[in-house]
Amino acid sequence: MSRRWIYLAMTGLAVFFLFPLVFMFVSSLKPDGQILSDVGGWRAFLPVGDISFRNYAGVFERVPVGRFLLNSLLVTTVIVGAGLVINSMAGFAISRMRWTGRRVVLSVVIATLIVPFETIAVPMVYWVSQLPTLLFQNGRLVYDFGWLDTYEVQIIPFIANGFSVFLFAQYFSTIPAAIDEAARIDGAGWFTIYRKIAVPLSGPAFATVAILTFLPAWNQYLWPSMVVQDENLRPVMVGMQYFFQDTTAWGEIMAYTSMITLPVLVVFLAFQRAFVSSVAASGVKG
Amino acid sequence: MIRADLRSERRAGWAMTAPAVLLLLAFLIVPVILGFVLSFTNARLISPEPTSFTGFDNFVRAFTADPTFFRSLLNTFAFAAVVVPVQAGFGLVLAILVNQKIRGAVAFRVIFFIPVVTSIVVVSILWKFLYQPDGLINSFIDTISFGAWHGMAWLNDPGTALTAIIVLSVWQAVGFHMLIWLSGLQTIPEELYEAARIDGAGSWRQFRDVTWPCLRPTRVFVLITITIAALGLFVQIDVMTQGGPVDSTSTLVYHAVRMGYRQQQIGYGSALSLVFFVLVLIVALVQRYLTRDEA
Repeated sequence: MSRRWIYLAMTGLAVFFLFPLVFMFVSSLKPDGQILSDVGGWRAFLPVGDISFRNYAGVFERVPVGRFLLNSLLVTTVIVGAGLVINSMAGFAISRMRWTGRRVVLSVVIATLIVPFETIAVPMVYWVSQLPTLLFQNGRLVYDFGWLDTYEVQIIPFIANGFSVFLFAQYFSTIPAAIDEAARIDGAGWFTIYRKIAVPLSGPAFATVAILTFLPAWNQYLWPSMVVQDENLRPVMVGMQYFFQDTTAWGEIMAYTSMITLPVLVVFLAFQRAFVSSVAASGVKG
Repeated sequence: MIRADLRSERRAGWAMTAPAVLLLLAFLIVPVILGFVLSFTNARLISPEPTSFTGFDNFVRAFTADPTFFRSLLNTFAFAAVVVPVQAGFGLVLAILVNQKIRGAVAFRVIFFIPVVTSIVVVSILWKFLYQPDGLINSFIDTISFGAWHGMAWLNDPGTALTAIIVLSVWQAVGFHMLIWLSGLQTIPEELYEAARIDGAGSWRQFRDVTWPCLRPTRVFVLITITIAALGLFVQIDVMTQGGPVDSTSTLVYHAVRMGYRQQQIGYGSALSLVFFVLVLIVALVQRYLTRDEA
């Protein structure tokens, strides 16, 4: 293939992949009437005419979008942060230590890899609605049942992740075993070896797992739409349901979707190298 | 001394894996078992009557008395049958393009990947707008056909709704598989291509005799992951069509959630989820079979 044809093909494909997003950002700045009248030509992709942030102001008036963003940020941060600690510890114990029970644990972890969340979503609603919980009511600690409508229900089931454990185990097994032995002779405990030796040497593994768990946590939709009815606890994707029925206020819809897409896009563009190598790492399990 | 060491190693091993193992047990293994058990009951989320075992009633109902389930199963297979080859093939073409040693290849790789980091919920609502009768897609076709086209409601027509959803699903996810293919391409030693060129192989022969055979492990992985994801189609349906018009876009997972959660028939919904799980297990077993000689 000649170089010119390759560039031509890639440019055409770039237009195909970008046009909906460009249209979304540009339309979020226009009044509804103008979005529809611009649709017939190039103006659909250009920020021209009556440009303003009125749609964004409208979104803030209509739904508590700040609250939704905060909820998603909280849920995502805890899932990713706690997941890094718990899954890396498990990966360490599986790959670097020899103990009875190791094989059992490893096969449990591997078995979880083939269960897509969709298969357990319905029984899980039933399950979490029966789980015990402690809560503060009028200054007293009360014992109750049911996790529906809480932050816990959005966070705790997603912290442990078999695939993350697997990736950590794989990475830790590349660190020479002689380091552990030397540290053991010096009297270091296993947790110290994990914290002082394995973790500092494994930056890339932590980056990979953080990226691979960040996206699904931020994009959670099916699960919170089933277990969170309380508006104050909703994440951004479920918050968008306000606009599903009303399919006329397209300017505001585009403003809302732009607002929740932009942060992820900025993070992606800033760390695109790390994203690309994380996805490549996720392919090794084949 | 050695025995004490072994004991401390075992204790540390259990302690360090305990948080992850307990959470996986509580929120993955238990729900799987619970789902299996509930499939044989008439459990409801809020029920005046106690739950009782009903044997295979839920499965009999699904396969004989629920036409929407049958339609959903067919739609799910139709979706997977189109998406799997199209997305895998398109992803490979993209990977080969961005693997060329030319300036700007990295920038194109980033652009092709952007839809992947965009939430599928956002993508669904955005494309729903594009597919409107007076939306961007219709007016584009109108322009290139010099006005011969008069808008159609892609998502409201049972004949086009599923196809319309296939297009945006591929658009959103293909960049991911481009990267998987790309990492496969980059493991092929350059010497193989040099040897092929010395033997007089053109670019098609190089692809057929070097690239394609070397990509076998990648190929199995890509096909399996796309198949499992395609069988789980849910969000696009929920946001764009709610299974309509006349069940033409209802899928297995969508129907399971509709019955199990929205209509609160947990037992029946669990049975439908179990059907989905069995399909996924079959696909996973096929994968094991295809990669048996490497393990």
